[in-house]
Amino acid sequence: MATFLGINLFGLFGQLLVGLINGSFYALLSLGLAIIFGLLKIINFAQGAIYMLGAFGAYLGLQYLGIGYWAALIVVPLVVGLLGILMERFLIRPIANEDHLYSLLLTFGVALVLQGLFTHMFGSSGLSYAIPDALKGGTKLPFMYLPSYRAWIIIASLTVCFATWWMIEKTKLGAYLRAGTENAALMQAFGINVPLMVTLTFGFGVALAGFAGVMAAPVYSVSPDMGSSILIVVFAIVVIGGMGSIGGAIITGLGMGIVEGLTKYFYPEASNTVIFLVMVIVLLIKPAGLFGKEA
Amino acid sequence: MKSMNKTLLSAAMAVALTSTAAHADLSNDKVKIGVLADMGGVYADICGKGCVTAVEMAVEDFGGTVLGKPIEVVSADDQNKPDVGSAIVRKWIENEEVDVINGLVASSVTGAVTEVTTNAKKIAMIAASASDAFTTKSCSPYNAHWTYNVTALANGTVKPMVQGGKKKWFFITADYGFGHALEGIATKVIEEEGGEVVGAVRAPLGTTDFSSYILQVQASGAEVVGLANAGADFVNSLKTAAEFGLTDMMDVAGLLVFTPNAQALDPAIAGGMLATTGFYWDRDDESRAWSARFKERHGAIPAMPHAGAYSATMHYLNAVKATGTDDSDTVMKHMKANNPDDFFAKNATLRSDGRMVHDMYLIKIKKGSERTSPDDIFAIQSVIPGNEAFAPILPECDFK
Amino acid sequence: MKISKLYIGLLGVALVAPFVMYPVLLMKILCFALFACAFNLLLGFVGLLSFGHAVFLGTGGYVTGYLMMNTGLTPELGILGGTVAAALLGAIYGKLSVKREGIYFAMVTLALAQLMFFVFLQAPFTGGEDGMQGIPRGYLFGLIDLSDNLNMYYFVLAVFLFGFWLINRTVHSPFGQVLKAIRENEPRATSLGYNVNDYKWVAFIISAALSGLAGSTKTLVFQLASLTDVHWHMSGEVVLMTLLGGMGTIFGPLVGAAAVVGLQNFLSGGELGNYVHIIMGLIFIVCVLAFRGGIVGEIQKIVKRNFG
Repeated sequence: MATFLGINLFGLFGQLLVGLINGSFYALLSLGLAIIFGLLKIINFAQGAIYMLGAFGAYLGLQYLGIGYWAALIVVPLVVGLLGILMERFLIRPIANEDHLYSLLLTFGVALVLQGLFTHMFGSSGLSYAIPDALKGGTKLPFMYLPSYRAWIIIASLTVCFATWWMIEKTKLGAYLRAGTENAALMQAFGINVPLMVTLTFGFGVALAGFAGVMAAPVYSVSPDMGSSILIVVFAIVVIGGMGSIGGAIITGLGMGIVEGLTKYFYPEASNTVIFLVMVIVLLIKPAGLFGKEA
Repeated sequence: MKSMNKTLLSAAMAVALTSTAAHADLSNDKVKIGVLADMGGVYADICGKGCVTAVEMAVEDFGGTVLGKPIEVVSADDQNKPDVGSAIVRKWIENEEVDVINGLVASSVTGAVTEVTTNAKKIAMIAASASDAFTTKSCSPYNAHWTYNVTALANGTVKPMVQGGKKKWFFITADYGFGHALEGIATKVIEEEGGEVVGAVRAPLGTTDFSSYILQVQASGAEVVGLANAGADFVNSLKTAAEFGLTDMMDVAGLLVFTPNAQALDPAIAGGMLATTGFYWDRDDESRAWSARFKERHGAIPAMPHAGAYSATMHYLNAVKATGTDDSDTVMKHMKANNPDDFFAKNATLRSDGRMVHDMYLIKIKKGSERTSPDDIFAIQSVIPGNEAFAPILPECDFK
Repeated sequence: MKISKLYIGLLGVALVAPFVMYPVLLMKILCFALFACAFNLLLGFVGLLSFGHAVFLGTGGYVTGYLMMNTGLTPELGILGGTVAAALLGAIYGKLSVKREGIYFAMVTLALAQLMFFVFLQAPFTGGEDGMQGIPRGYLFGLIDLSDNLNMYYFVLAVFLFGFWLINRTVHSPFGQVLKAIRENEPRATSLGYNVNDYKWVAFIISAALSGLAGSTKTLVFQLASLTDVHWHMSGEVVLMTLLGGMGTIFGPLVGAAAVVGLQNFLSGGELGNYVHIIMGLIFIVCVLAFRGGIVGEIQKIVKRNFG
């Protein structure tokens, strides 16, 4: 086996690749958070619960409506996005002008309710969802066996992340969005329905989490707690990347997946904590985050 | 054998009759059982509402009263948190006249609770915890540990595998007390049998992604990977192992497999795996009859802690009836002097250290093709006699 | 005049309460009330939302637990040790975080708290997930047996009153006036020549120390220190208590703590156990949407409107 300085290189490559797979989830989730924060200045603490909702959506769709994995990839984010729209319209908009900390507390409450409801209905020992037939099996790489579904995770989430980034940063629609949040009154004067735009953006950010949930269902167990454990990690990633920076969230998400993978190789017990260590260090050196603009 | 049982029975009845005829000495004129379990967390299917149901069934089967006084059951959710559990039990004992605790699943909670019960001189009937600490390093004259423990799991599953030639082991261990205890004891067994542990990785409780741990196993060159975890951790680690093709490369040993977890897994992944259990519903007519009643009320077949909770409750109530009191010392003495014998407890005895020793079973998880119904998941391979499964009494825990 | 009558009345209630209610529940309420009051000093009077305050509660608890189990110190010294440890940690964490504002402050405190969570999870003396169990309550000043619930209760009450008094003094001192000025308009406070960050830092240390005091006392009450106390959910819970009771009011956190602990106690027995999270979540939502003043804040508003 190839070694370098006493390190098993094959093992290390494997860990890096696995880190990249986890990073894909982080990227999807933190992208949703970053869009919502960047354009709306709302801290959505319910993002983890919505990710959980996405996974349950896939599970329930299959159990009760016969919706398979591929259909769920489209349907579930739409349904979840719609729920997000309702949430924005009836819960968040009434406090839009209050201190942003209130939206954090409100969505924290929503997360507790959702998690509690699903625990009550399904228990928390986790439900299983099969990998779609087309993606069963895997490929033997020189340094590890790569299951096809894991490869699909990387491809699908990178595609979605990049498309979203391109839409917001490079298209006219994205320009409207960005301008609308900078100066809502002016955009309103130009005849653009800003509240509608805000609502749709929130729905989209939430739908991304729903998408991530469907992606996760076959590989992680579908359980009510799955969101709360990943949520604060994703928060940390958004903060490290610079709150509201779309590209920053994607790159940091992938990067932190890799950092976590490395930690799992060298000191597994700390793998849950290393991201917070990075976050503290980054914030001390660069308070606005790696890709954020200094306020 | 039969005649001996009969003599025992008549002796017990004689004691019972004389005591009942005498003065019933029950605190607060009732017997109150507190069932502490995980109602909504990762162990909810293993010992949550099901444990409450099992205890209630025992009370009903007993007749609802003892010595002419009512038997009450209260229950609470410990959320798998030692602080929550110990606070509830403290309140039950100090403020709500609870006489005995049943249920008890997460080892961390059980540790904190037995601290409280021992100080208050109340009996803790441990139906679901795995750690062996309650009859070893934190043993107490008021602990009665039913169902199973880590020693029985390691002796039951690991020993035959090592003897069968699987010498090189790697562990994926849940990073807390129970996982460490399980790994430690399994390691001892492996080394005694001439095997070796080539590595171990500690995964935090509730890890969602086991893939990097699986990679480490693959790189280790082990012949067997032992999963020293439970509940959702077990299910997730096994699923990931199968996904990364590990199950084709080496044997996987699930050290603690409960029926609900096995049911949750794809038979293609779990089928063929060996495990040790203290109870399986489809063992004989007696166990099937009880399990059918349980399933009717609970909606699922019993996991071993459910049967254990029932058996422990029965043994306690029988002792109260026989001794005519709910005084902990007297009842415990009687429980240890008289062997439990029911559909769960076979060839059983409650030892002086509080360990309930009984027949354990080595099972194989059935493959999909072997299953005749969704509940048909285990095939019993052999019976492990209690004294082979459990460790001997430690001198410092020998409470006569 | 009116106020002092209120105080005397409340004190009277507190003195007879353990004869009516279960003392351990009362002690739990008092410990969390002190924790919430300490937290409110930052949130309500300086405007800083710390999302990692549980770390001070837990640090106080673990250090006191360690001292009580291993050194044979008397309880008052054990508690002092825990409080000092929390204050020191507060000094370091405060120095690192008070320069940040709003959401960034919340996130930095959360991240710092997670680092300590890791330490407590892994350090050999804490018992990891099992927690530190069987901590003796000991003899107060070597004389009074605290294993008696009534003795313990009056001791906890004394600790709470001391903490409550200290917070009151701080809020009404010239130092407290500056804090309020910072909350209302930070640039103006800066332009008036106050070193804003130093004021925030001192407030942070006081808040951390009193949170540690609450945690130390709680550890003695339950004879247990566990990861629950350092988990970020606990940080969320103290926000809930403060928000529900009324942030920025003197009695709000006390009322909020009593309500939340009472609710948990009520729900923990029986069938409703499953609903704890749902109900807590709904309270959050309702508080934020409908009454941001909290219970005490809304009552004050009504009193002012009708009698002011």
